[in-house]
Amino acid sequence: MNPQIFHPFVLPFVIGMAFVLTYCVVGLLRVIGQLPKDDRKKFWRSLVTPKTAWANVRDLFGDCLFHVKIWKRNPILGYMHTAIAFGWFMIIVIGHVMLFTLKPLEGIEAQGVERMLPNFYYPIFYKFFATETPVFAILMDFFLLMIISGILIAVVKKIHSKIVGVKRVTKFGFADNMIRFALWTIFPFRLIAEKTNIMAFWWIYSIDLCVFMFMLPFTRYMHIPTEALFILLRHAGLKPREPRKGYALAQLYSCPSCGLCIDACPMSVNDSNSGNTSAYFMKKLRNGDKEEAQRIAETCMQCGKCVAVCPVSIESCDIKMSQREAVPYQIHSDHSYLDGYTCTDTSNVSDKKACVLYFAGCMTQLTPKIMRAMKQIMEAAGEKYEFLDKDGGICCGRPMLLSGKRAEAQAMMAKNTELIKASGATKLVLSCPICYKVFKEEYHLEGVEILHHTQYIDALLKQGKLKVGKNDVNYVYHDPCELGRAFGVYDEPREVLENVGHLRKAKSEKELSICCGGSLGSFNLTQKERDEITENSVADLMFNQPDEIVTACPLCLKTFARKSPVAVKDLAEVVAGQLQ
Amino acid sequence: MDFGFCLSPSSHVKMDSVDLTTFNRLKETNPDINTCIACGSCTATCTAGHFTEMSFRRILLMLQRGKEDEAKKMIQRCMLCGKCTLVCPRGINIRKILLDITR
Repeated sequence: MNPQIFHPFVLPFVIGMAFVLTYCVVGLLRVIGQLPKDDRKKFWRSLVTPKTAWANVRDLFGDCLFHVKIWKRNPILGYMHTAIAFGWFMIIVIGHVMLFTLKPLEGIEAQGVERMLPNFYYPIFYKFFATETPVFAILMDFFLLMIISGILIAVVKKIHSKIVGVKRVTKFGFADNMIRFALWTIFPFRLIAEKTNIMAFWWIYSIDLCVFMFMLPFTRYMHIPTEALFILLRHAGLKPREPRKGYALAQLYSCPSCGLCIDACPMSVNDSNSGNTSAYFMKKLRNGDKEEAQRIAETCMQCGKCVAVCPVSIESCDIKMSQREAVPYQIHSDHSYLDGYTCTDTSNVSDKKACVLYFAGCMTQLTPKIMRAMKQIMEAAGEKYEFLDKDGGICCGRPMLLSGKRAEAQAMMAKNTELIKASGATKLVLSCPICYKVFKEEYHLEGVEILHHTQYIDALLKQGKLKVGKNDVNYVYHDPCELGRAFGVYDEPREVLENVGHLRKAKSEKELSICCGGSLGSFNLTQKERDEITENSVADLMFNQPDEIVTACPLCLKTFARKSPVAVKDLAEVVAGQLQ
Repeated sequence: MDFGFCLSPSSHVKMDSVDLTTFNRLKETNPDINTCIACGSCTATCTAGHFTEMSFRRILLMLQRGKEDEAKKMIQRCMLCGKCTLVCPRGINIRKILLDITR
């Protein structure tokens, strides 16, 4: 064989590449094979539905190529990642385009080879095999330097992450550290090999690539090939059913362990808890450390902030829930006592359809001032209303779901559904975002409009049914996790507050708001740990020195009230106080 | 005085012979249990207690007396809503303890 067309030093790269490709194909088949049948159908259908297909194309380019989400989160990290990933991609693409313009080295022509034949290792080692064409060569060098600039930032981040605006980074094991080192050295070696053309460096460069490829499936860099599959599955609207199978498996492999969730997690306020963040959960689950994964899943508050900041949009909260369902507590609930229970009496309401059904929920029962305020508001607006749980009532079922017990939760949900349907009302107003989430997601209440009281009050104000006066108090609004991040109800409460007073901004708002620390999602956090989270969250809200903290969740209200230096009120209370 | 018969079954608990393994295990994993003052706030707010005899305060008492089966039976009523945890003046993670009893 002609030495200018083949040289043994390309072998490590070729073998590594073949390994990665085989692994990816097998993995792809495995993930798709593990999907439940209806999910698989949904997936195939989503690929040809124009709307999801367009979303797929948009995100494949936006997320996999240009890393838009990292840019939004932190421009320095955005550049770092784009420089390395996009730069590498461009080198490969340009290399392949260039194949058609390359001229063989002198000497080969004499042997009858007129043009370089396309060959997949040429773009990687092109300078060894061919004379370059000027324009492409400049482009190639440009992108290679861009990658190296990205690596320099990565090295700085490794030495002192605070320079690039990251407080805590993920702690890696041996394999992850080694592959990172392999990745960092690939490009400098390529540069040296190309510029000096010393045989030893070509060998090192090829072996380095080989090491990277062989370690890739077992380390965080598996996110490079998997993310594309994950985007397609995500847009198909799937939910993880089992923690380590199918869709969840694709997510586990797509997690790059970047650690952006570590700084974001409210629990990280105490350093000893930063190991309970999603990055570590995904790692533990992926490595099969079931006990640790279970412990983290149960410690998590399910506030959803890690999902909001994730540059890959990994739904770690859903995976944690499926982990909880996989290993449920051995509490065998028996709620048969609910069978004969009826509490609403709408028999004397003439027009049942116009009647607003109000469900306070357990937490609001503990904060009766919210109930009183809602009563005042509904009366002032001249609404016909009925309480679903005037004295007592049944839990909405979300806490039971959070403990991984779906069947038991469904027993309670069925009872509540029966009561709501029996009332004949078409509008259900809730004061507790915890209830709101489960009513929206799990209940089947066709023909009943489900509203949180922030939305309801906002609508009443807009319809002119409610008249309020404006005072001079400066409010700051805390977004409850289950209302804000889960359903994007950010504007309604703020608009209501603008009507009754002045709104000041918190340091972290909307999808970045910090959980109050009272969350029902966590089973393991002690009161002391919760208090630390609350203090941090209050400090964040007090950033612009507001006179009062306003929230829309009875649990947040109770949690903040213990630690806040100023008064904490529910939105309904504030509005009720300003009624005219 | 023992006549050899009585109207109601004896509720006498022999503390020397009761089996406290569950309670002791619980105390190890949830040391905050020791701070309980048996105020009964948990029972007063209990959602399930509205319909049944469910009472966390009594569950704890049962465990202290080795009546594990009775305690576990009562836990079946629980809705895990977490109101008890929220109102506890000692900040005891009651929901976690309830779940741990059944572990």
